[in-house]
Amino acid sequence: MKILVPVKRVIDYNVKPRVKADGSGVDLANVKMSMNPFDEISVEEAIRLKEAGKADEIVAVSIGPVKATETLRTALAMGADRAILVETDDEIEPLAVAKILKAIVDEEQPGLVILGKQAIDDDSNQTGQMLAALLGWGQGTFANTVEVGDGSVEVKREVDGGLQTVKLSLPAIVTTDLRLNEPRYASLPNIMKAKSKPLDTKTPGDYSVDISPRLTTSNVSEPPKREAGEILPDVDALVAKLKEMGVA
Amino acid sequence: MKTLVWVEHEGGDLKDATLSAVTAAAKLGEVHLLVAGSDVGGVAEAAAKIAGAGKVHVADDAAYDHALPENVAPLVAALMADHDAFVAPATTTGKNIAPRVAAMLDVMQISDILSVEGEKSFTRPIYAGNAIATVTSSDSKLVITVRGTAFEKAAAEGGSGTIEAVGSTGDAGLSSFVSEEIAQSDRPELTSAKIIVSGGRALGSSEKFEEVITPLADKLGAGIGASRAAVDAGYVPNDYQVGQTGKIVAPELYIAIGISGAIQHLAGMKDSKTIVAINKDEDAPIFQVADYGIVADLFNAVPELTGKL
Ligand SMILES: Cc1cc2nc3c(=O)[nH]c(=O)nc-3n(C[C@H](O)[C@H](O)[C@H](O)COP(=O)(O)OP(=O)(O)OC[C@H]3O[C@@H](n4cnc5c(N)ncnc54)[C@H](O)[C@@H]3O)c2cc1C
Ligand SMILES: Nc1ncnc2c1ncn2[C@@H]1O[C@H](COP(=O)(O)O)[C@@H](O)[C@H]1O
Repeated sequence: MKILVPVKRVIDYNVKPRVKADGSGVDLANVKMSMNPFDEISVEEAIRLKEAGKADEIVAVSIGPVKATETLRTALAMGADRAILVETDDEIEPLAVAKILKAIVDEEQPGLVILGKQAIDDDSNQTGQMLAALLGWGQGTFANTVEVGDGSVEVKREVDGGLQTVKLSLPAIVTTDLRLNEPRYASLPNIMKAKSKPLDTKTPGDYSVDISPRLTTSNVSEPPKREAGEILPDVDALVAKLKEMGVA
Repeated sequence: MKTLVWVEHEGGDLKDATLSAVTAAAKLGEVHLLVAGSDVGGVAEAAAKIAGAGKVHVADDAAYDHALPENVAPLVAALMADHDAFVAPATTTGKNIAPRVAAMLDVMQISDILSVEGEKSFTRPIYAGNAIATVTSSDSKLVITVRGTAFEKAAAEGGSGTIEAVGSTGDAGLSSFVSEEIAQSDRPELTSAKIIVSGGRALGSSEKFEEVITPLADKLGAGIGASRAAVDAGYVPNDYQVGQTGKIVAPELYIAIGISGAIQHLAGMKDSKTIVAINKDEDAPIFQVADYGIVADLFNAVPELTGKL
């Protein structure tokens, strides 16, 4: 079975995003960028399935600027076998991403597509579910545990009330949650090896997908700022404050 | 505009998250609701009583139990022939279903809206809530998920909706429910709790978490939350996680104990009315958003606090 893993290049999770003064967006100039953390978990899961003999090839895909090549190289260094960059400098929405991924799935015929549950820049949490709809496949979102069986996969999902397990027939979509695994770091020799792994470059046009946006963003602003309050000298002072608030 | 609101229910009870979605939908136009599952007559009656409810569509079929999106999305997509907007709460269920519906209708979903700015304009948080985007859709139909903390709950009583059965779209045959582990607790649910006591990595173990956090929460009648670090370390289950990728909460009072205040955590609680932080590091970022802070070892300060309340 082949596994397709879409990975997105996003602002590093340790960086505090700054809104541009003109309200046009978030300032990404000279900001550290990394693989979306949920996508690292997806790559790791695919590698573990391969190591367990459940998969034989892992293809990483990224849709974005040339710089997304770095993200794909990271996936290759972790253990993906080959990569596809769909190059575009346009801002591209989850629906368009899902359409491009659908075209790649039609070509590659994977048994499983593992995506992150959410990209930490747009916080959309949509792409996997959309891809599942376009393909007419089952979806195991917010995965905590993935067990690939014969012709099916069981996914234990992190839901508001706890955990829910569903069984999907293969091929299927999985989106990863934080507790699925702990992604490995690429070793130096693997980083070197990744440089010679195959990486194809395509464009959205190659897949005849219309990527024109459906949403226009007219303004991006900072949320209301909270001011730091008071440091209280001791617990008694806090008890007094809580009493004032009427909670104690 | 005619909206179709997803009614979230469990064990025969309508979930509160539905009520905030109704408020958001009412800003767009007529509120119709969808109740799906088997034996949902009681839920449908409850939905009809929500203030502002119009038609309540009821799809009674076991295929819709557990809200499997493979079965539910085709039902919603079919009903969308007669509606202009699908509105779901941004719960794990809403997030699972709505994008699938959006793709079936070939529209871009607008996730996690904070406000309705116009017929097709909304604000929504991006970058862990560090930025708020105003977006306008050019699609002919809207698919929206609603952040519960951003909208008042519609009154659960006073409405007079009419109940109407709709045909089932059946079982898509792609998925099945296996099991669930849902915690039963007398504690208020995180997303509707008035007070939340939250613990972080500093608690050190599930025993200590229970020993230190629970008595304080009991005293205050509070819900219990946690940071990702505390969940990852196994001190508490996953559904306790507050943050960008966990639950979004905005109680009257949020007490963060041994939590540093990473942006991902702040994203889930910084709209709380009053924030109290207890941390032994005076430079912890949580103090930058806290109304009241105590710089102390939590293992001394929290039991003392519990004792004095
Ligand atoms: C993709 C992604 C998504 C994420 N989503 C979330 C999310 O939804 N929610 C979330 O919370 N995090 C999330 N995180 C993790 C986040 O970045 C932080 O790692 C996490 O919030 C830290 O948890 P913490 O504050 O408990 O631990 P730490 O950062 O380790 O802080 C522990 C704090 O306890 C204090 N302390 C230690 N001992 C004591 C003591 N005896 N008494 C008093 N204070 C003490 C320390 O001074 C410190 O400030 C996410 C991260 C990523 C990459
Ligand atoms: N431009 C992209 N390139 C590759 N994968 C993407 C892209 N955008 C989204 N994804 C995938 O979809 C997931 C969810 O993203 P989103 O729906 O934007 O929150 C991510 O974790 C990725 O796996």
